[in-house]
Amino acid sequence: MSLWIDKYRPTTLENLTFNQGLSRKLKNLTDSDFPHLLIFGPSGAGKKTRILCILKELFGDGAEKIKIDQRSFETQRKKLDINIISSKYHIELTPSDVGTYDKIVFQELLTEIAQTQQIDADAKQRFKVVVINEADEITRDAQAALRRTMEKYMSNLRIILCCNSTSRIIEPIRSRCMLIRVPLPSIDEISTTLQHIASNEEIHLSKSLADKISLQSQRNPRKAILTFEVMASQKKKLNDNVEIPKVDWEQVIDDIVGKIVKTQAAETLSTVRQKIYELQSHCIPPSLILKKIALGLFTNEDIHSKAKFDIINSATHYDHRLRTGRHSIFHIEAFVSSAMSAILSTKY
Amino acid sequence: MNTFFQARPSSSVNVHEEIPQPWIEKYRPKSMESISAQEQTVAVLKKTIESQNLPHMLFYGPPGTGKTSTILALARELYGPKLMKTRILELNASDERGIQVIRDKVKNFARTAVSNRRDSDYPCPPYKIVILDEADLMTQDAQSALRRVIETYSKVTRFCLICNYVTRIIEPLASRCAKFRFKPLDISNTTSRLKMICEQEAVNYSPQTLEELAKLSEGDLRKAIMYLQSASKLHKKEMITSESIREIAGVVSDDLINSLVESAKSNKDETQLEEAVTKVIDSGFSAIQILSQVQDRILDDFQFNEAQKARIGEFIGQFDKYLADGTDEHLVILNLIKVISDTNE
Ligand SMILES: Nc1ncnc2c1ncn2[C@@H]1O[C@H](COP(=O)(O)OP(=O)(O)OP(=O)(O)O)[C@@H](O)[C@H]1O
Ligand SMILES: [Mg+2]
Repeated sequence: MSLWIDKYRPTTLENLTFNQGLSRKLKNLTDSDFPHLLIFGPSGAGKKTRILCILKELFGDGAEKIKIDQRSFETQRKKLDINIISSKYHIELTPSDVGTYDKIVFQELLTEIAQTQQIDADAKQRFKVVVINEADEITRDAQAALRRTMEKYMSNLRIILCCNSTSRIIEPIRSRCMLIRVPLPSIDEISTTLQHIASNEEIHLSKSLADKISLQSQRNPRKAILTFEVMASQKKKLNDNVEIPKVDWEQVIDDIVGKIVKTQAAETLSTVRQKIYELQSHCIPPSLILKKIALGLFTNEDIHSKAKFDIINSATHYDHRLRTGRHSIFHIEAFVSSAMSAILSTKY
Repeated sequence: MNTFFQARPSSSVNVHEEIPQPWIEKYRPKSMESISAQEQTVAVLKKTIESQNLPHMLFYGPPGTGKTSTILALARELYGPKLMKTRILELNASDERGIQVIRDKVKNFARTAVSNRRDSDYPCPPYKIVILDEADLMTQDAQSALRRVIETYSKVTRFCLICNYVTRIIEPLASRCAKFRFKPLDISNTTSRLKMICEQEAVNYSPQTLEELAKLSEGDLRKAIMYLQSASKLHKKEMITSESIREIAGVVSDDLINSLVESAKSNKDETQLEEAVTKVIDSGFSAIQILSQVQDRILDDFQFNEAQKARIGEFIGQFDKYLADGTDEHLVILNLIKVISDTNE
């Protein structure tokens, strides 16, 4: 039995529930003058699902028959492995998996693909598609390596870049792509989906509870569907007052925020440290931990507005350091102590 | 191995022209006459071709202004479409360009004598051309070693270096080349090129939308053409509206920017600021875009005095650096809005 999130994943552009306007537009695109795409938007917005639907629209069902291989690359210093998902018509890769060696992947792999033609003589399109995940994590050098490849091999190759934000995509790459922005779906759209799932699963779900779940999931449909499935598996009857479970790690964040607001002292720092370690051992990325603590403090009603100015300033300051530095725990702790001193200074 | 990588014996090489291509390739100028807006550069280049004495060249200018197109067109005019492939060697950032590799490749390429085969319709001068595209991305070491390579082979080859930032080409290398600057295209040049494409593709347009499109593309003709194709594809045969063009360019609507700035100015509490920011971020707009639009909006706002604008401007510079280094976009925009609200008090 599969999770609802997989069970109810749309596979064609027509069936995409969210953002139907965008889907209709994408359908007009799937001609042979199909350009390179740069698809961006918050995580959870359904970019990936949309890409799979585009591939299906371009190539038919064959695009769904995928397999996973590993490719190795030799560099002077080390051997790199990268996972590649592919069908007859497309391949998908995440070059940031190999960190700063990503350029080599492009130089070898893309040029190789670009120089060969479609294997399937009956393919609906002459070109193959390369889907590149986490494109905003690719180094500038590697992005540059895409520039001429995207032009020179246009008749054999189209590229779909997928990322959260275009801020770090270099200008010459942006101008070679059609930009497709995918926003998070609205609360209404998510509620409708939840109710659709509910009626299929023969569970009663009122509109107001569906709205509540969607709202608490912060417009993230993946989170909403997962939460709903958890709730449905726990209780038989879902009335409007039933508590919506919060994810464990978010509760830990709430705890941390509570501690910081209550006592600004050295012992708070050491309890907070324990909790941060706990979060990290559950694979919550350090930047997300810092962000959630910062947002928790920023919207906390017991903190003076003046302190919040300093808090948000140091949040961006230490997040910046965290991304350019090496030991994330230092920067999260530095942020927590500077937040505490900001709170203290407005107390008296 | 993976079937994806196996080449199909290509029975049909070079049907190139008939394959429908995205417009940015389809409308790449084929001859030097059809290059828009770079009249001076093109005129000088044409003269040098006629004199049969081509210097080494350095093309520089922002993206999408015709650098790559011009050198390809020039090669076509010199050698004709048939011979062109054997007479030019193109090395770009997608090739390994350590100096040893360059030396070997250029050596091999230069070694084979220029064949006597000529296309009688073209001048076919007795040298070959090495194109080093994206040359500003070569390391300093590779660049200085390149000087020797250029000297060694200058009897039988001409080099054309292409880059966006001429300052990143080391002086001793740049001084060996005739420099050609490619200007960003102005509105009228961009619009007239777009108009030509609209007519060929039977796109429904109004003069205002083309002008808006030209403005948003900031002198990058490739971007303008890409936006035009996006608009006409996404809207089928309907009339292109200026709203849809802004959407295609990833521009945040004025309403959304206004509501963001207004919430900062009206002493809203932090929870409300957070909500306003979340709304824009959840819509998927890039923080760089939001930052630059908010900046424009503040500069035009007479309710802020010069000192206040300067303070906000200083923060914006900092935020730009943060974003370039990958700092969380939500936090940065929230910081921006809090700074504006704080400055306003
Ligand atoms: N001056 C121009 N005249 C006509 N078309 C142009 C011109 N400049 C750009 N274009 C259009 O933009 C596309 C890209 O141009 P080109 O490859 O020459 O840009 P570039 O200057 O090399 O940019 P980059 O720095 O990104 O490599 C062309 O295929 C063409 O459609
Ligand atoms: Mg170029």
